[in-house]
Amino acid sequence: MEVLKIATAGSVDDGKSTLIGRILYDTRSLTDDKLEAIERTSKQKGFDYLDFSLATDGLVAEREQGITIDVAHIYFSTAKKSYIIADTPGHVEYTRNMVTGASTSQAAIILVDARNGVIEQTYRHFFINNLLKVKDIIVAVNKMDLVDFAQDKFVAIKEEITALAKRAGSTQNITFIPVSALQGDNVVDKSENTPWYTGTTLLEHFEALEAQDIYEESVARLPVQTVIRPKKDEFHDFRGYAGKLYGGSLAVGDEVTVLPSKTASKIKDIYFFDKKYSVAERGTSINITLENDINISRGDIIVKSTELPRETKALEAKVCWMDTTNLVVGKKYFLQQGANVIAAKVSAINSVIATDFSGEAPATELKINEIGNVSFKLAKTLFYDTYAENKTTGSFILIDPQTNNTSGAGFIQ
Amino acid sequence: MNELRVNTLESEAIYILREVAAQFEKPVLLFSGGKDSITLVRLAQKAFWPAKIPFPFLHVDTGHNFPETIEFRDRLAKELGIDLIVRNVQDNIDSGKVVEETGKYASRNMLQTETLLDAIEEFGFDACIGGARRDEEKARAKERIFSVRSDFGEWDEKNQRPELFDLLNGKIELGQNVRCFPISNWTELDVWSYIERENIEIPSIYFAHKRKVFLRDGMIWSAEDDVVYRAEDEEVQEMMVRFRTVGDMSCTAAVLSDAVSISKVVQEIRDSSISERGARIDDKRSEAAMEKRKQQGYF
Repeated sequence: MEVLKIATAGSVDDGKSTLIGRILYDTRSLTDDKLEAIERTSKQKGFDYLDFSLATDGLVAEREQGITIDVAHIYFSTAKKSYIIADTPGHVEYTRNMVTGASTSQAAIILVDARNGVIEQTYRHFFINNLLKVKDIIVAVNKMDLVDFAQDKFVAIKEEITALAKRAGSTQNITFIPVSALQGDNVVDKSENTPWYTGTTLLEHFEALEAQDIYEESVARLPVQTVIRPKKDEFHDFRGYAGKLYGGSLAVGDEVTVLPSKTASKIKDIYFFDKKYSVAERGTSINITLENDINISRGDIIVKSTELPRETKALEAKVCWMDTTNLVVGKKYFLQQGANVIAAKVSAINSVIATDFSGEAPATELKINEIGNVSFKLAKTLFYDTYAENKTTGSFILIDPQTNNTSGAGFIQ
Repeated sequence: MNELRVNTLESEAIYILREVAAQFEKPVLLFSGGKDSITLVRLAQKAFWPAKIPFPFLHVDTGHNFPETIEFRDRLAKELGIDLIVRNVQDNIDSGKVVEETGKYASRNMLQTETLLDAIEEFGFDACIGGARRDEEKARAKERIFSVRSDFGEWDEKNQRPELFDLLNGKIELGQNVRCFPISNWTELDVWSYIERENIEIPSIYFAHKRKVFLRDGMIWSAEDDVVYRAEDEEVQEMMVRFRTVGDMSCTAAVLSDAVSISKVVQEIRDSSISERGARIDDKRSEAAMEKRKQQGYF
C-alpha cells in the first residue's frame, strides 16, 4: 500500500493537533481505549468538547502547557492509503523540530487562523517548506466557525499567500481549504457551512495525491554505508557495497565511478538479501558487487560514469541554524552528507535571510532558527549536487564537535 | 528483467541497521522473543547478508516471561549462531538493588530498566537496537530514530537532536548511549503483514489457543502462570485467547480471539477497535506512564 507522509505547520494555537485529532476521529482511526482516555481527560479538565490534541501531545510538559514541543508521528490508514502525519510544533523556539518533521514529508498542511490571517509564523513556515522543497502545500484556513464561515476572510488569505508564493518563486502545488478542525468542517466530510467552496475536503485532497518518496527522480546516487565482507568459505572473495539508492535506478552492467577516488568499474551483481536482481529501483537498500577489486569504504559514493556530480573544497550553502550556540566565522564542524563526514570550517557568513521574503541582510553570526548564506572551507573534496537536483547529495547536517549536537542543516544552491 | 521494487519501510529499516553497525563500536540488539524483535532479526539478516549479523542479542529477562517465548528465543539465537546475552531482573532483586512490587498490580516491568542499564555498563554497549514503534504509545510517537541517552540512561525528551532526511547523527560522548529504532515508522499491522509475507516463525502464544484465565477490570489474565496475582474470588475459566504483546506476564493481558493462523491475525488486527497496548496494564498506570519510564532509561 502507498505511504503518504504529511507534516503540519502553523503558529501556536492555530489548531494543528486538534486538526490531526479530528482526522483520526472522523476516519474512525482512534481505537476505543484511546478515545476513552481523551473523553476522560477532557472531562477532568472541564472542557465542553473533546480535546483531540491529547491524542498527539504525548509529553507531560506539552499537556501541562497545552502546546506541542516536539514532532509526534501519527499513523492511520484508509482503504486507499497509509498515512504518516508529523505533527510539528508552532513555537518559534521549536522551529528545529518543525524542520525535522517537514524534512521527510511529501506534503505539508500550513494552518492559518481565519481570524488573524497571515502572520509571521505563516511566512516562516511557508519559507521553510519552500526551502525544503516540500512538494504539496495545503493551506488550511482554520477556525472558519469563528468568522461565521465568511468567504472574504478565506479569499483574503488565499490572495496573500498566492502573492507570496509568486514572490518566492515557488514551484510547489498550493491548495487552499476552509476548515473548522474543532467542528469538522471540510476536514473529512464536506461542510454545509461553506456553500461557496467547491473544492475537496482535506482528506479527499490527500487521497488524490500520489504517494512518492521525498527523494525525487533525478540521477542515481549510492552512498556506501558499509562494506560487507562475510569471511565465509562459501563467499570467500565477496565484497559487497551496501547502501540506500537515491535519485535513480542502477542496473547490472552499468558503468560506474566511485568517488572520491574516481575509479571506474562495472556493476557485477545487485543483491537484496540472498536474491540477485538485474535492476534496482530508487529507494531500495541494496548490496552491490563490482567487476574490479577496488578500494571502497564508508562515505564513498557510487554513481553512473555518465552522471558525475560536481566537486569542491569551498562550499556555499543555505544553512538553517538549530543550535543555541551561534554559528560564527572560524568555527569548525563535521559536515555529514549521506554517509560521508568531512571537517568543515566556516569561512564567511554572507547574509541572513528574512523568512518573510523581504530580503537578505549582512550578518556576523547565525542565531538559533535563523537561515543564512554561509561559506565553508572543507578538509577534503566534497562531491555534491545542488539540493534542487538531488536531495541526498545536495543536503547535509552540521555537527558540533564539542557537543555532538546536530547544530544546523545545509542546502546546497 | 528482474527488477527490485521499493518497499519503503523495509528499505528504511535496513538503512538504519546498517547505519548502526557502521557508526557505533559496540551495538547490541535487544531481543525479547516478541514479534517486533523477531522482525528486527529478519531485517538484520537482510541488511548484512551474506555476512552474519554483526552484533550480539541481549535479553533482559524479568523471570516472568512466557515459557514459549524463552524456548523460542534460545532456539533462534542458536540457529543464527548469534551470541545471546541474558541478564536477569531476579539477580538485582536478590542483591537488594531493586525491590519487587507487591499487591494486585505488581509487575517487574519497571525493574527491567535497572538490569538493562547494568548490562549496558558491563559490556560497554554504545548503541541498543530496539523494536519500539511510534504507533504504540504517545510518548514513543515523539522519539527520534537515534535517541541519545545520558550515562544514567535518561531521555531528555524536551531537547532532542534534530533529525533531518535520512541523516542520523550517532556521535556521542563516552558513557552516553543511543537507542536505535529501525521500525519506528511501522504500525502493528505493518509488522504482522511483514511476518505473513516473509513467513517468519513466531512463538505460539500469539495465536489463539485454549487457556485457563480469569477476568479483572474487564481484562483477561492468564491463570496458568503463578506469577500473575489472582485473588481467591477471581474465578478461573477456560477461554479461546491469544496475546497481542508478549511482555512481562504480570502486566500483559490476553484478548479473546479465534485467530489460529497469521492471516487470521492480520485480519483481526485490521478490524480491531482496541489498540495494541490496550492490554498492557503498565501503560494504564497514568497518562504519562511510558514517558516516565523512558526518562529513567526504560526502552
